[in-house]
Amino acid sequence: MFLALVVGTVVAPVQIPALDGRKLLLVRPIKPDGTPTGKTRIALDSVQAGEGDRVLVLDEGNGGRQILGDPKAPVKTIVVGVVDYVDVHGARVYDHRRRTEAQGS
Amino acid sequence: MLIGKVVGSVVATRKDEKLEGRKLLVVQVHNHKNEPTEQYVVAADSVQAGPGDMVLYATGSSARQTSATENRPVDAVVMAIVDSWDLGGANVYEKWNPR
Amino acid sequence: MYLARVTGRVVATHKYEGLGGVPLQWIQPLDEHGKAMGAQLVACAVISAGPGDLVHFVDGREAALACPETFVPVDAAIIGFVEQAVANGVRIGREGR
Repeated sequence: MFLALVVGTVVAPVQIPALDGRKLLLVRPIKPDGTPTGKTRIALDSVQAGEGDRVLVLDEGNGGRQILGDPKAPVKTIVVGVVDYVDVHGARVYDHRRRTEAQGS
Repeated sequence: MLIGKVVGSVVATRKDEKLEGRKLLVVQVHNHKNEPTEQYVVAADSVQAGPGDMVLYATGSSARQTSATENRPVDAVVMAIVDSWDLGGANVYEKWNPR
Repeated sequence: MYLARVTGRVVATHKYEGLGGVPLQWIQPLDEHGKAMGAQLVACAVISAGPGDLVHFVDGREAALACPETFVPVDAAIIGFVEQAVANGVRIGREGR
């Protein structure tokens, strides 16, 4: 799994049946401190994430198919969590609550 | 998948037994404009490709999804011989009229 | 899974068994700004799309699961036609629109 920032949404009216009705997000992989790293991907949403959220992304097919409950779905990248906080070497490098408070004030 | 030209083959007498009898092709990768790159791969063959053929190859665990490569230590397989391709409607490569 | 634009098509009559009838297309992966990201590659087009269209594709072994026959040596497959993607308020659409 990797950390990512949801940078956008994708509207795909025609898809393979396994993906019908699924929300797609554009996600940019980030380091724990939030700096971008790696290639932007499209991920299926399974946790009602939205633009601006920091999320946990699974990029492996077997796990993805478990979440969809479809052993034959050609999927790989799925948002599996919205991040509350990240600790690195004992220091809190990201805290969602503090961020929302800051935005609210 | 990526496209490349078969420029040769590899023979190795001492190798993993699961590679016995597999034809291994040396493929020089070409980009979408049909320009040769400096990248080469050694790929198992699943379509009877030969020297000079422009081919498509798949990599990773996908490469083991053929009857010739299943359960074998292979990470690239030639899976099609390319006849032609075009970009934005303009022909780039034509097998019967190679540039 | 990645966003990409269809740039062309590939004709190959001699393919691995099980891949007959599956169209092949050149695609250019894109980033969230709609800019080219990495090299173009060839993908199986399970969803029909033409040059200039925006699509999304899956890479790796999963790509084979999108094909009619699933035990095939395929490492990239177009799995959706994208009408538009919006990132940071900017819309990425079909070429020229």
